[in-house]
This record gives sequence, C-alpha cells and structure tokens, in this order.
Amino acid sequence: MVKIDGIAIHGYGGYVPRYRIKAEEIGRIWGVSSSELPVREKAVAGIDEDAATMAVEAARIALRRAGIDPRRIGAIHVGSESKPYAVKPMGTIVAEAIGANPSKLAADLEFACKAGTEAILSILGLIQGGQIEYGLAIGADTAQGRPGDALEYTAASGAAAFLLGRMSDDAVAVIEAWSGYVTDTPDFWRRSFDRYPVHAARFTGAPAYFKHILGAVNSLLESDGYSTSDVDYFVFHQPNVKFPLTVAKILKIDRGKLAPGLLADKIGNTYSACSLLGLVSVLDQAQPDQRILLASYGSGAGSDALIIRVLDGILEKRDLAPKLREFIEDKIYIDYSTYLRLRKEILKG
Amino acid sequence: MGRVFVAGAGFTKVAEHWDKSLEQLMAEAAVKAVDGAGISSVNSIYVGNALSEFLQEQSNLGAIIAEESGLVGAPAFRVEAAEASGAAALYAGFCEVASGMADAVLVVGGEKLSDGLAEEVSSGLMMGGRAWYEGFIGAEFYSLNALLYKLYARRFGDEGIPMFPVISHEHADGVSHAQYPFKLSLEKVLSSPFLAEPLRRLEVSGIGDGAAAVILVGEDLAAKLKSPKAQLYVSAATDYLSPFEREDPLRFQSVALAVSQVLDRAGVDRGEISFIELHDATSIMAALCLESSGFSPPGNAGKLAMKGEFELSGSLPCNTFGGLKARGHPLGATAIYQVAESYLQLTERAGRNQLDSPRAGLALSIGGVGAEAYASLLKRA
Repeated sequence: MVKIDGIAIHGYGGYVPRYRIKAEEIGRIWGVSSSELPVREKAVAGIDEDAATMAVEAARIALRRAGIDPRRIGAIHVGSESKPYAVKPMGTIVAEAIGANPSKLAADLEFACKAGTEAILSILGLIQGGQIEYGLAIGADTAQGRPGDALEYTAASGAAAFLLGRMSDDAVAVIEAWSGYVTDTPDFWRRSFDRYPVHAARFTGAPAYFKHILGAVNSLLESDGYSTSDVDYFVFHQPNVKFPLTVAKILKIDRGKLAPGLLADKIGNTYSACSLLGLVSVLDQAQPDQRILLASYGSGAGSDALIIRVLDGILEKRDLAPKLREFIEDKIYIDYSTYLRLRKEILKG
Repeated sequence: MGRVFVAGAGFTKVAEHWDKSLEQLMAEAAVKAVDGAGISSVNSIYVGNALSEFLQEQSNLGAIIAEESGLVGAPAFRVEAAEASGAAALYAGFCEVASGMADAVLVVGGEKLSDGLAEEVSSGLMMGGRAWYEGFIGAEFYSLNALLYKLYARRFGDEGIPMFPVISHEHADGVSHAQYPFKLSLEKVLSSPFLAEPLRRLEVSGIGDGAAAVILVGEDLAAKLKSPKAQLYVSAATDYLSPFEREDPLRFQSVALAVSQVLDRAGVDRGEISFIELHDATSIMAALCLESSGFSPPGNAGKLAMKGEFELSGSLPCNTFGGLKARGHPLGATAIYQVAESYLQLTERAGRNQLDSPRAGLALSIGGVGAEAYASLLKRA
C-alpha cells in the first residue's frame, strides 16, 4: 500500500458508443441458451470508431469538467489492448485532438483490462515527481472476441478519461492510496499478429481474477487501517456480472455499494475502460467526502486498487458535461449481421 | 493363484488443482496409501493415466512416480486403457501379487485435466474411440452417448435416467474429497442445456484433477500388517470399440463378461453384492452399466432409480461417495477412487456415508463407450 499526498482528479469523462447487441442475439447464432449468458447486452463501436476516437471523446468530456487550458497538460497516457496502430501512439492523436500539443509525453500502455489504472498511476507519479503540472490518463478499448467464443458475449467498446493534477480547492476527488498486486499468471493473452485473444477458461477465475483483485484490495484495506465500512462505493473490474458480485460476497460488502458502478450488464466488459467507467458512473452520483474503492484487473495478471475520496468540487463540475448514464441510455440495438459488419468480421466484396 | 488384499488407500480431493502438477497429485495419493498400509517400501508400482502425453507432454510416468513418491528403485509401469486406465493398472498390480512375484505393490491413478482447455479434454476423451472412423468424422464421447441415449429412449423410454446424477450428488453431499459435494435436484438436471441432445449438461461428469492410490498385498504380508484390509478380485473384458459395431449397442458385453467372471472368481452371487460403484460418466452409462451387468433388467434401471433402490438406504446403493458425476472423474484416477471408496466401506471407515455392514462391493470401470470393462470386487477380509 502506498499513501498518496495531494494528487487530485480535476475532470473525468466516460464515453460509450451507441450500438448495443443483446447477448441473447449472439446466443441465438451459436445455440447458447439465455440462462447461460454472462451479461444482458454490450456496447459496440460504430463503423468509424476505434479506441483512439473514443479516447478523444472521453478526454474532451474530462477536459470540459476540469476547465483548464489543455496546453497545461504535460502527458497523455492511454491504456488499451485494441490500438488502431501497432506502432504509433494513441496518446499523440488524443493530444492533437484536444489541443494539448505539443505535450511533453504521450504513451500507450497495455496490461489487458488494467491498462487504464496503469495510466492513472503513471500520470500520478509524473505529477508527484514534479515533472508535469497536469496529465491525462485514459482507458479505451474496442475489445476483440472470436466469433463463437465465450468472450464474444462480453468484449465491448468504451473509453474513460481522468485529468489529474495537484490538489486544489475546486478538485473533484483526491486519490488517497493505492496498492498493486502482480504475478506472471497467463489466464488470457493475445500473441503478436493474432487477431483474437485466447483464454484458459475457468483458470481465469480463482487463480487469476479473484486472487489478484483480493490481493490488491486486501493489502489496501489491511495495511492502512481502512475497513470496508469506511468505503461508500466499490468498483471492481467486471468481465461479467457474477465476478464482481462474488468479490463483494467474499469481502462481505453490501451489494448496494456495488450497484452504482456495476455496468457490465448494460455495456459488457470494456476492457481497459471497464473499471474506469465504473468509477465515472460513481462520480456522477457520489457526494463530497464519500470514499470509493476502485480495483482493476488485467489478465497476465494483476490488479491495482485505489482509494479515492470525493471533494466539494464534484457538485459544480459534474454538471459541466454529459453524464455517463446519457450515453448508456442512448442506444440502438443491432442484430448479429450488423454486429459482424461493425466489427469488420465481414467486409464488402 | 494367491489371495490379494487392499491394505491401504489414499487420495486427493478432486478439484481444479491449479497449483499442483500431475506428478505432485499422484505422489500425494501414493504417500498417503503407503502410510495407510503401514509399510515403507513396495516391490512394484503401477500407474494408471490416460492422457499425460497429450495434456502434459509427459510420458514415462512410472519412473516419475517412483521418484516423486520416494520409492526409487522399485520397477514401475504405466498402464493405459482410456478412462479405465486406473482399473487396468489395478489389474496388472493384482496379477503380480497373485502370482507371488510381489508381496506389496502400489497402484496409483492420476489425471490432470485442467492443464487442457475443455475442447482439448474432449479431443483427449475421443482418443479412447477409433480415431479413423469415429474421431476423424467429428464424433466425440458425448455425442456417442447421446446416440445410445436416443436408442435407449426409443426402445425402453427414458424414464428415470436423469435420476442417476441426482443420486450421485445426494451421496457426495458433504464428502470432503468430492469435486461437487452438494445436492442436485432433478428439476435442475432437466432444466440444464443439452450437451448433445438428449444428453443434458448435468447428466455428464465434469472436468477435474485428482489422484488415488491403493496398496495391494499378498496373504503373508497381509497377516503381518495392522492396517484394515479387504480382499480384492479383478476381471476384465473387451468389446468392439464402436458401440454401433456390436450386436446390440445397448448391451455392454465387456461389462457383462467382466462382472460374471469376477463374481465367479470371488464366489459371490449378485444378491450378495452390498453396493456398486458405477461408471456414471454419463447418466445413460450408469443405466447401461447396471443392465449389462445383470443388476437390473434391460430398460428398468431408470425406474429402479426413481424408486430409490440405488440410494444409500436402498436395496443396492450405488456411487456411495458420489460416483463419477459428483465425486469427480479424473480419468486414470477414477477406478482407484472407486476401489479406495469401496475399501473404506468394507473396513467401516466411510463416515457419514457408511453402509450397514457391507459384505462385498463391486467397482465398474469402463474405457471408451464400453470398449473395455474392468470389474473389481472387494470382499470383507
């Protein structure tokens, strides 16, 4: 557990594309019954969207809330596993689009579904070390699932951005502490040049997701005297609905503290954006002085757990830009053929 | 032929053992069995395993288990007969003791299925069928079972067949070494999705890892050892690999032959059998096991199951610790679990699952879809 002094969130933004496919529709194609489905529906990026465009959408919302001059942003780090370019950073695209260039640093990070919190922590370190004044941390993905694979029901698209800087009177929230838990556990991976990831089925449960999330969360709670009753909202990475609820059960957390940040059933697993969008959803409704515990999970494997305390600035700033709920509720259902087209699984002949 | 006794048994929990290797699991069971028998060495080791070359890329398990169990020096053999590999190893070990060549042998069965994805395990299971005209055309273990199930339903109706998983789970409830130690309702079985129609997901055993071991000893050593003992008889038979090459696909001739022969060898009538450990890899296999071995008239196993005949309090308790469905089915280990559990029953150490003074128990192990059957009979010593 590491205590953090005076690093705050000044703006935040979530973006979810408009298209939704129901898990039932995917199940219809592959003969999977509705009782077997991990989520109700998932968000799908449009034909002209990718992780970079969605990162820009989220960054613009965060910037509107922060209300700072984008030229003061010294670094933009984007966590993703669906980079549109294998070589060429998304960070530069975002920086250019929001008017932050020339920024000092722009980089992409990859750690399966936890690259978003990695971005937060690396930006946080740069600010704390006095290298930059403000930094933008983004998680964005248009996650891949092989047609017919279990991942196809959940692999979704979305982005979330956080503008971090030193503490000030109008800040939205303060990051109080964090703890990381990383081991070499290959439960899910995608090799270079492969189009779809592979996963080791149930191995992704107990020895991977649960071990790492609980490792990070317990070390955060135990080593600095936080208890689950000090926390008002919990956001755990949500590859499906069941896993985060199971963590809550193990830690004896009231489901009500999980509900505001539990989005998997409505948008699926947005990978690097997943737990960050949960945090966005909570910030959209939390009150000053409430505490949020965020724990990401990335296959391979690791978890970052952060304790965030909401500040007075939230009351004014959250209404400066569209809330996540508006994106989630503004939806167009598509069938499986349209889905294949949007995912570029079928191409015009 | 000398008499042979089971004088010790050991096993691991059947589970997804992410943190243990196949060798570690087998050594754990082996050491428990050696300790249980109160001996410090064995003359030979027989290892039952079906898929280690395929899932672990590891052969030569005999010498490996000797090393891992601290028994280096003893000759060691790996025996393979698909899902019945454990029973085949037991048969081989029995022969060495019965012949007088060995006083004590260790028989250990083990399998670690979680090293493969479900698809790989399914391919591995199908290696027990004929690759050229079953496996290569896409047939697999459950689809073959589904065909038998359909044929059975057409001839006899399928009443009561889905009761077999319910019975197994009832018996596994609270069993510490069982993979699924909880009850399962008939409604749940019937509402589970089809794996291959009419076979439902909850009518088949799951994928798990585990190892089990027994110590077999001859009469002279048995007299010296203080550990509880049960006398062992074995028999085995083969059949055409594909059930559809046989005169009647619904009669497992291998089971019929092996069971009649082992009853003869033990001098026991069917009526004297106190319990049976069935090869319930699927619900339909459990029924075919009972009918082919003459413990139920053809077409009646499901009806008897509905009447409660196979429950712990019934006239012929089956799968007293949960069978393949609920205790678990780590292929090469399964038959040794059956024999170890029978040994616990006959030596009155079955805890909550203890039957009332059982005299003799029968364990049936099947490779493929009846390609070979092993009948192991344990009698109170």
